[in-house]
Amino acid sequence: MSRLPIGVASIIWSLVAFGFAVQFFLEKAYIALGVEILIVIAIAVLSRSAGGRTFLNRMKLPVLAIVSAFIVGGIVLILSDLEFYTKFGLDPIGTLASSLGRVAEAYGALIVGALGDPGKISTALASGNANKIGIALRPISETFLATTPLILAGLGVAVAFRSGVFNIGAEGQLKIGAMFAVWVGIWVPLPGPFHVLLALAAGILGGALWGFIPGILKARTGAHEVITTIMLNAIAQQVMLALLLSPVLQPPGGTTPISMPIEASAQLPLLLDLPKLRVHLGLVIALLAAAWTSWLMFRTTKGFEFRAAGLNPRAAGYAGMHAGRTIVLAMVVSGGLAGLAGASEVLGTTHYLSPTISPGYGWDAISLALLGGTRPGGVVVAALLFGALRAGGPGMALATGVPIDLLAFISALVIMFVAAPRLVREIYRVKLTATAPSTPRPQETPT
Amino acid sequence: MRLRLNGITKQFPGVLANDHVSIEVDRGEILALLGENGAGKTTLMNILSGLYRPDAGEIVVDDTPRSFRDPAEAIAAGIGMVHQHFMLVPIFDVTDSVTLGSEVTRGPLGVIDRPAARARIVELSETYGLDVDPDAMIEDLPVGVRQRVEILKALYRHSDILVLDEPSAVLTPQETDELFVIIRSLAKAGTAIIFISHKLNEVLEIADRITVLRLGKVVGTVIPAETTQAALAEMMVGRQVQLTVERKDAARGPVVLTVDKLQVRDDRGEITVKHLDLEVHAGEIVAVAGVQGNGQTEFVEALTGLRAIDAGTVSVDGKAIPGDPRGIADLGVAHIPEDRLRDGLVRGFTVAENYVLDAYHREPYSSGIRFHRDAVASAATKAVADFDIRTPSISTDVGSLSGGNQQKVIVAREFGREVKLVIASQPTRGLDVGSIEYIHRRIVEQRDAGVAILIVSTELDEVLALGDRVAVMYDGEIVGILPAAEATREKVGLLMGGVR
Repeated sequence: MSRLPIGVASIIWSLVAFGFAVQFFLEKAYIALGVEILIVIAIAVLSRSAGGRTFLNRMKLPVLAIVSAFIVGGIVLILSDLEFYTKFGLDPIGTLASSLGRVAEAYGALIVGALGDPGKISTALASGNANKIGIALRPISETFLATTPLILAGLGVAVAFRSGVFNIGAEGQLKIGAMFAVWVGIWVPLPGPFHVLLALAAGILGGALWGFIPGILKARTGAHEVITTIMLNAIAQQVMLALLLSPVLQPPGGTTPISMPIEASAQLPLLLDLPKLRVHLGLVIALLAAAWTSWLMFRTTKGFEFRAAGLNPRAAGYAGMHAGRTIVLAMVVSGGLAGLAGASEVLGTTHYLSPTISPGYGWDAISLALLGGTRPGGVVVAALLFGALRAGGPGMALATGVPIDLLAFISALVIMFVAAPRLVREIYRVKLTATAPSTPRPQETPT
Repeated sequence: MRLRLNGITKQFPGVLANDHVSIEVDRGEILALLGENGAGKTTLMNILSGLYRPDAGEIVVDDTPRSFRDPAEAIAAGIGMVHQHFMLVPIFDVTDSVTLGSEVTRGPLGVIDRPAARARIVELSETYGLDVDPDAMIEDLPVGVRQRVEILKALYRHSDILVLDEPSAVLTPQETDELFVIIRSLAKAGTAIIFISHKLNEVLEIADRITVLRLGKVVGTVIPAETTQAALAEMMVGRQVQLTVERKDAARGPVVLTVDKLQVRDDRGEITVKHLDLEVHAGEIVAVAGVQGNGQTEFVEALTGLRAIDAGTVSVDGKAIPGDPRGIADLGVAHIPEDRLRDGLVRGFTVAENYVLDAYHREPYSSGIRFHRDAVASAATKAVADFDIRTPSISTDVGSLSGGNQQKVIVAREFGREVKLVIASQPTRGLDVGSIEYIHRRIVEQRDAGVAILIVSTELDEVLALGDRVAVMYDGEIVGILPAAEATREKVGLLMGGVR
């Protein structure tokens, strides 16, 4: 049970940081070098105050989980290359070096695919050509675009988890929300801002309804929300398909399950009016929703009830809180946020509804709610990471031929490391303070 | 020497649980290990039974240093544990329970040799006067007998170092006497016994030697004949202790709580509170004694709105109580639940948040939906000072406080408002002597201020120390109510065992 003295660990970490700095300098990656220096300064400043140290401790697990996931991802990338095995016997060092180079190339392409090429961005901005600027900024715009529904659905899952309800139905709630929003967008004739606002509200309502059902079932009958939300995910998918093939949503004479486009008045405006940039007002709505969620959870009596029920439902009951009502309300809020994610997608990104409206945003939401420690701020950061992986993947696959599945693998690894804090603690020999309740405890059936 | 622990040291994050602890016990000897909760008794026993490994120090069995990697090695060395919470399967019979994990098998297929096992159990049972039926189902056995099954388990595994962790906690005084007879007969047959307890009268009665632990260190070892309860208490706590609660006679006022023919069912739907009648007046303490599991939990849950009332009525000041905890609290009823971390506090919440756990929705802590953290913080700061809650700050997680301070948070919350009835369930369970003194004093203060107080406790000492009237609960009924003057240990003990 011997633990490395804290001094040794610090020295090792400093050496690693210095090594990266030298590497960045030699490769003239000045932006990366700058970012690293900023991070080091931020850590130094934060560790001077007690609050900052708490924050740093809280960040240790997720950051180390992400680092570990990318390291293991890299190892798998090397080992899955058949040439590696044939060449390794002939020239071990050279093969290893070239394999490591391939990993670096893949991750580099991933970053460029997600954030854009700094060189291109600066030349495009200098040229002042709208088309060029659009193309240069497109990667980061796509990252933000994918981040938007992830933030909203992630917030929904986080609210439920904090309240002790294991809502894994964000995917279904998102789809129902998208359906409600698209219906209002197509059929309700209203002028500009009112139309889009009503459509957003309809999305929230749809998701909330889809959250209310498992909530009330659990409160009244004790039906376990994991089962009911999974079932409701499947039902949501089928309901959506049925409506997409009916005159309710399908254009007259249509044969494919694709809805009519929504009215222009129901569309969420773009944030930047440049060619190729699709990021829209949904991003701002998502950030506002994060602020609202934080206010709800920490500055209201309802949030107090949610958190009390999540940490200790028995004591909450003893103190006079109503377990059933808390569960239902938490599920309604959770579903509403997921529904808003669906609304934002159809009103801002696609402008119509199709069965592929969500490439698994509702499932990613579970992972990133855990990664973000079920805190709204953490969810936003985690959603950015997952958004970047989603947006940067195609670029990486195109540029380096590394299969995009590697990224799904890395996302899964991130969650595995977050869920196994002891593993991270043992690997890196760091102390981890107890983080927020990342997984809800099983809740007793309320009577 | 059969067993010697030499300089055992065990460090947990932030706590030195054992600091160079040395104890020894020989064949045929009964060593009592006395200490408050948190003194390091349990850690020491977990090290002895192979659950933890010590940071320093050695375990010497028969003059040979040993180190146990797991409980199996400790058992092989002859160490048997009887835990406070029994480790038995309810739907097994005694023979299967005893042999579980060390079954005797026969033939190449490993058929369990039940007759052989049964014969050995009968023999052991007779030798030591355990009086256990080898074919009885565990779930049908009273607690005292289940404990003897645990002892049988240890003996069956050839343990001759027997560790009993707070064995009397679940027993009536009479059952405790029976247990002591068994312990003495085991010692006579050569077993080395370590008897862990925080009850002074018990260790004085049973032990050959008493080793006192405080804050992880051995304070000293004494012989019962050469010490007194007061001297032991002082060793245990580190200062002079008031062993009895100082108080005036009760000034009884009008009836506050009336329980009339109350019937309550437990989670399995069985009637566990039967036809219960009880009255508590303003300005008096009624203490309900009883062995654990005689319906006390369900009784208190019904009184506080946590469990539906099946039949009968409960009224406060003549009005029938509403059916929900908040409605009852609003009548001026305070509730100290039996398990503070399970029912009374939210771990992960701060001291301040726990302080307003039942009042967060009222002024000044909130208006409308808005929760005012400033108002909560100032109220909590005041409560921490008023109730002497030792905490680094009001933003500290309540789970990291000591048991005594956790209980003070609950007491501060419940007594911090105007109340006319206090329902306290096991208010001092697992607390150190200092905290017990403090909580008792606060309860008596409330009584003197004219509050009606109902205490439900399985600690007979507590019941006798606090009760102006002592009611005894047995099998879901109040089987007797004695005024304090008549409530002797013997009389109450007999009632607790169901003898009227």
